[in-house]
Amino acid sequence: MSYRDDGYSSRRGRQALEAALAIAAGAAIVGGIHAMARQTQTAPRGIPGDAPGYTSRKSMYGDYAVTGRTITINRPRSELYAYWRDFSNLPKFMESVEKVEWEGDVSVWTIQAPGGDVRIRAHITTEKQDEEIAWRSVQGSDIDTEGKVTFRDAPGGRGTEVEAIVAYIPPVGRLGALVAKLFQKEPRVQGRRELKRFKMLMETGEVTTSHNRQAA
Amino acid sequence: MRALTYHGKHDVRVDTVPDPEIINPRDAVIEITSTAICGSDLHLYDGVIPGLLQGDILGHEFMGRVVETGRDSTLQKGQRVVVPFTISCGKCFHCMKQQYSACDNSNPAEKQDLTEPLYGHAMSGLFGYSHLTGGYPGGQAQYVRVPYSDVGPIVIPDGLEDETVLFLSDILPTGWMAAENCDIEEGDTVAVWGCGPVGLFAIQSALIMGAHKVIAIDHYPHRLELARGLGAEVIDYRHTHVLEALMEMTGGIGPDAVIDAVGMESHGLAPDAISDKVKQVVGMGADRGHALREAIMAVRKGGRISMPGVYGGFIDKFPLGAFMEKGLQWRTGQTHVQKYSHDLLRRIEEGQIDTTFLISHRLSLEDAPTGYANFKDNQDEWTKVVLKP
Ligand SMILES: NC(=O)c1ccc[n+]([C@@H]2O[C@H](COP(=O)([O-])OP(=O)(O)OC[C@H]3O[C@@H](n4cnc5c(N)ncnc54)[C@H](O)[C@@H]3O)[C@@H](O)[C@H]2O)c1
Ligand SMILES: [Zn+2]
Ligand SMILES: [Zn+2]
Repeated sequence: MSYRDDGYSSRRGRQALEAALAIAAGAAIVGGIHAMARQTQTAPRGIPGDAPGYTSRKSMYGDYAVTGRTITINRPRSELYAYWRDFSNLPKFMESVEKVEWEGDVSVWTIQAPGGDVRIRAHITTEKQDEEIAWRSVQGSDIDTEGKVTFRDAPGGRGTEVEAIVAYIPPVGRLGALVAKLFQKEPRVQGRRELKRFKMLMETGEVTTSHNRQAA
Repeated sequence: MRALTYHGKHDVRVDTVPDPEIINPRDAVIEITSTAICGSDLHLYDGVIPGLLQGDILGHEFMGRVVETGRDSTLQKGQRVVVPFTISCGKCFHCMKQQYSACDNSNPAEKQDLTEPLYGHAMSGLFGYSHLTGGYPGGQAQYVRVPYSDVGPIVIPDGLEDETVLFLSDILPTGWMAAENCDIEEGDTVAVWGCGPVGLFAIQSALIMGAHKVIAIDHYPHRLELARGLGAEVIDYRHTHVLEALMEMTGGIGPDAVIDAVGMESHGLAPDAISDKVKQVVGMGADRGHALREAIMAVRKGGRISMPGVYGGFIDKFPLGAFMEKGLQWRTGQTHVQKYSHDLLRRIEEGQIDTTFLISHRLSLEDAPTGYANFKDNQDEWTKVVLKP
């Protein structure tokens, strides 16, 4: 686990992030975070660290599986924000997302999976220009999930730190199997691939491949 | 097209495979005119680098003519280019710092998953190497797809023969960077382990950079002769105690800088080398590091270690105490080829650097398997093999 050493500003960012997540997600996540905070404060050794909650050795989020990842992209914040905010761009770097369409203010994500499509219906819960976008699933969504992406200036003119965090209740039954497959059993894997593809697309204009020929 | 493919340890074959196509806007497709076998290919051939699959096309030293260009390529059809073995996007943090072999973007996202657990980070993509570095089809073939063709390839003026510029793809800049990593100062002696192509170019580069003396160590007479021809003093480690000799040849001080141009398949007679060999054969530890250990013991206090030699995994019996107590510095890495291309091309054009002395054999691509076998088993005579598709 790595702890951040850049002190105040990131800690503030961290709290805001997790608070927003918790509010959006309802009691399960709020309870998780509070329990964790109490626990670390009364623990005989150790202090609450500044690392993101999803790097904790113990889950802080109750029933929710949470995965998060940060990546630095050598492009300005506003450009990255604008690209992400147009959800129709997401399939360009999210391997499993086939399309994202709007039905009023609900976005419908179609995720192709063996044995049938999965649809996530979500509305935007927070939108801060050039800083963050958060979403939460609504009634009728196949998966109970929420997510959030934040954009912060990277130090030393290195571009933007993009942090994406996704929480979901792992479904059971047929859907559960599908979701497990989608996330390659390890949601972190899928998440980091998608962020890396986002970085490639933004920095180089293309998604890198070592394939020698167009789709076989 | 025809291409040299990997089928298992010591089993490479020339097969017919599909031609490459343009996939991304910045791609180009090159028709290969010359390609070479590298010491790094021998690590693949010997099965000591993880992440190679059956049917993978090998080869990362190549040049040729541009035959197809993507929308955003800056190359033009018909241009002659040498292609660096490191694939680099030119836009990420590392590329901006000219750390091209650390490019964040050129290793496909799904391949980076393989490398992160092993190294903590994913490295750049490399042509014709393992899937840890992208699994890109290589250049021991008739054609190759070159991603980011606006950044990597260097255009060669007509009139320069292939063989004078081919090694800009890898071993010439590798030898150059190895010498640069020695931070050579006036009066310095540089000791170089390994008189293969990388060691020989490192010797040449160190002398150009002003080393007072270069001492070359190997056990192949012909390779040592080549080193001597470049101006190095030589030690045959089969006949001489290397550590003792290096002290005596440097006034009792030890070399100011040492270069490990041997890598993970070091030969050696000492007990550490024998136990390393046993482990490599049984698959317990990837790397044999006899030359590196010897170099660390030999280098003077406060000296510099430069390590172009490739390692893939772990090493034990590492003289960490000597490293710390003597206050050494250590620099290494896959070469940042693009950083050196233009400067080295100019030095070739001006006649300061000759690379052709190295080439011992020229074969057709169809005979590449023979080239591999001999470059491995008859190292003394087979110093460098160039293949003509
Ligand atoms: N860093 C890079 O980007 C880069 C690029 C190209 C090659 N390489 C690596 O550089 C190394 C050398 O490449 P090459 O093409 O010259 O290979 P090579 O196999 O032709 O040469 C290696 C030489 O080392 C000698 N040697 C072995 N054990 C020795 C010992 N204990 N002491 C002294 N000499 C010893 C061998 O006799 C041989 O002549 C390899 O590990 C290769 O993978 C690195
Ligand atoms: Zn090489
Ligand atoms: Zn890059």
